[in-house]
Amino acid sequence: MANVPDNLHYSKDHEWVRVEGDTAVIGITDHAQEQLGDVVYVELPKAGEEFGAHDSFGSVESVKAVSEIFTPISGKVAEVNQSLADEPEKVNKDPYGEGWMIKMKMSKSGEVDSLLTAAEYEDFTKAESE
Amino acid sequence: MRYIPNSPDERADMLEQIGVASTEQLFESIPENLRLREHLKVPAAMSELELLKRFEDIGTRNQAAQRISFLGGGAYSHYTPTIVDHLISRSEFFTAYTPYQPEISQGTLQAIFEFQTLVCQLTGMDIANASMYDGSTAMAEAVLMAERVTRRSKVIVSSAIHPQYLEVAHTYVQHAGIDLRHALYCTELGTTLPESLSALDENTAAVVVQSPNFFGCIEDVSALAEKAHNAGALLVVVVTEAMSLGLLRSPGACGADIVVAEGQSFGVPLSYGGPYVGLFATRDKYARQIPGRLVGEAYDKHGRRGFVLTLATREQHIRREKATSNICTNEGLIALAATIYLETMGRRGVQEVAHQCAQKAHYAAREIEKLAGFSLPFSAPFFNEFVVRAPASASPMLDQLAKEKGIDGGIALSRFDSERPNDFLVCVTETNTREEIDALVDGLASFTAPV
Repeated sequence: MANVPDNLHYSKDHEWVRVEGDTAVIGITDHAQEQLGDVVYVELPKAGEEFGAHDSFGSVESVKAVSEIFTPISGKVAEVNQSLADEPEKVNKDPYGEGWMIKMKMSKSGEVDSLLTAAEYEDFTKAESE
Repeated sequence: MRYIPNSPDERADMLEQIGVASTEQLFESIPENLRLREHLKVPAAMSELELLKRFEDIGTRNQAAQRISFLGGGAYSHYTPTIVDHLISRSEFFTAYTPYQPEISQGTLQAIFEFQTLVCQLTGMDIANASMYDGSTAMAEAVLMAERVTRRSKVIVSSAIHPQYLEVAHTYVQHAGIDLRHALYCTELGTTLPESLSALDENTAAVVVQSPNFFGCIEDVSALAEKAHNAGALLVVVVTEAMSLGLLRSPGACGADIVVAEGQSFGVPLSYGGPYVGLFATRDKYARQIPGRLVGEAYDKHGRRGFVLTLATREQHIRREKATSNICTNEGLIALAATIYLETMGRRGVQEVAHQCAQKAHYAAREIEKLAGFSLPFSAPFFNEFVVRAPASASPMLDQLAKEKGIDGGIALSRFDSERPNDFLVCVTETNTREEIDALVDGLASFTAPV
C-alpha cells in the first residue's frame, strides 16, 4: 500500500504539494513512483519560469516510459532540486522528502484548497485502479 | 532476408492444414467485380542473358556517368573498396532499418554501436545516434533539437550553407514556431564572419554553419562558437563532405554543440535521390534530446557484453507527440556501409584520402587561376571544393565542356544565385587523376578571355 502522508495536498495527476509560507514544494506521490518503476531521469524547469495550474513543468523518465509532470497550482519556480540530475533514484526512495522536484512561489493563495486531501487522494487512486 | 521456395506439394499441404481447397478460395472475400481476370499488360519475361544485355544498353545511354567528373556540392565521388559491397550484401546484415525486435539481432546492433563510435571519433563529440536519413534532414533535426535544449525560438543559419539543406530546414520548421534567420557570408572571404550574426540575442537557440561550406571554404568554427556561446546559444556545425573530417580539426574540438554530416563520402555510391546517410552527434549532456535511435552497450548478469536500443522512451512509438522526433528508424544498411568503409580504411587511410583530395584540389585551383580571365573569387582556405569565376557565363561553358570534351567541370552557381552568372563550383577528389585535372584545365583554356 502506497504511503500518503496526511499533511500534504494532492492532485489527480499524482503530484503532492507541501505549503511552506507562500511557497509550495512539489513532487510526485509514492503511488506515482511505484507505477513508474525505476526513475532514470527527471527533466525540470529553470528557476524563474512561470506556470499556470495544470501546466506541464517537466517529465519523469523511468525504464518503462516518459511521463509529463504537471503543476497542481500556479506560480513562479523559486528553486529546483538539482540533486535529481545525478540521483534520480531519490524519487523512488523518498518521494516526499529528498525526491522533491520544485519549489514554487504561489500566485493564488486559495488554489491549494481545491486540491485533494490525503483521504480523498487515497480514494481516488483506489477508484482509478479498479 | 532468406529466399524460401515452396513446391506444389507443400502448397497443397498448407491449404489442407487451414482447410481451404484451393489458393483461389483464399480470395473469395474479394467481390467478383473487383477481381482481375485477364493477364497484366506487361511484356513477356526475358532470359537472364537478354535482361543483362538490355540493362547494359540502358546503362550506356547514361552519358554523364562516363564523363570525367568534378562535381561535388553535397555528393562526392570517392573510391569504395570492394569489401564494402561484399559485406553489406550478407543476408545477416541486409536490412534497411533497425529491426523491430532489435535485441535479437546483436550483430546489427554491434555494427550500429561501432558506427556511433566512429562518428564520435570523427566529429570530436561524446555521443552519436544510429544515423538519420541524410545530411539535410540531420541539419533540420539539429535546429529542432537546439530549440528543445535552449527553449528559445530563433535560429540563425549561415547563407553559405548548401541551399538545398536550407530549403529542407525551412520545410521542417515552418510550422514549428521557429524563426529562421539568415546571416550573410562575406563575399570576399567566402565565409561567415562572427560580425554577420547581428540577429544573435537572448532568444537565439542556435547558430548553424557549414564547414567546409557550400563554396568549399573552411569556416572559423571556433570564433563562431565563441560568439554563439556568449549569447547562450548552441553552435551547430554541418558537414556535407565528411572526408574533410580526416584532415581538418574536428568540429567538437572547435566548440560545436551539435555536429551533423552527410556520410555519403564513406563508401556510399553516388545515386540520384540516395539513399544516403546522415550523421548526428552531440555532447553527453544533451543525450535525451537527440533525435532517433541510439544503441548502447550493456552487460548481462554473467558480465557478458551485449547491445541494446537505449533511451527508446523518448521515441515516437512510445512518447507520441511529445517525442524528440518523428524518426523512429535509421539508415541501417548505408550506415553499415560507412562503418565498413571507415574500418577498412582506418585512421591513416581516411587521412590519406583526405590529404590527396586537398592536394589535388589545390593543384587544380592553382592551374585554373593561371588561365587568362579566370579567377578564384573567395580567399578563405578550402578543402577539396572551390569556386571559379569564368570570363563569361558559366552554365553554357560547362555544357559545352561536357559535350565536346566529356568533362563535367563543375556546378554553375547561377542555379542557386542569379548574381553569380560566371561562377562555378569545382570539386576534386582522390579519384581524379593528374591527367584528368590537366584535361579540365586545357578544356577551360579554350574559354580564356581574349588578350
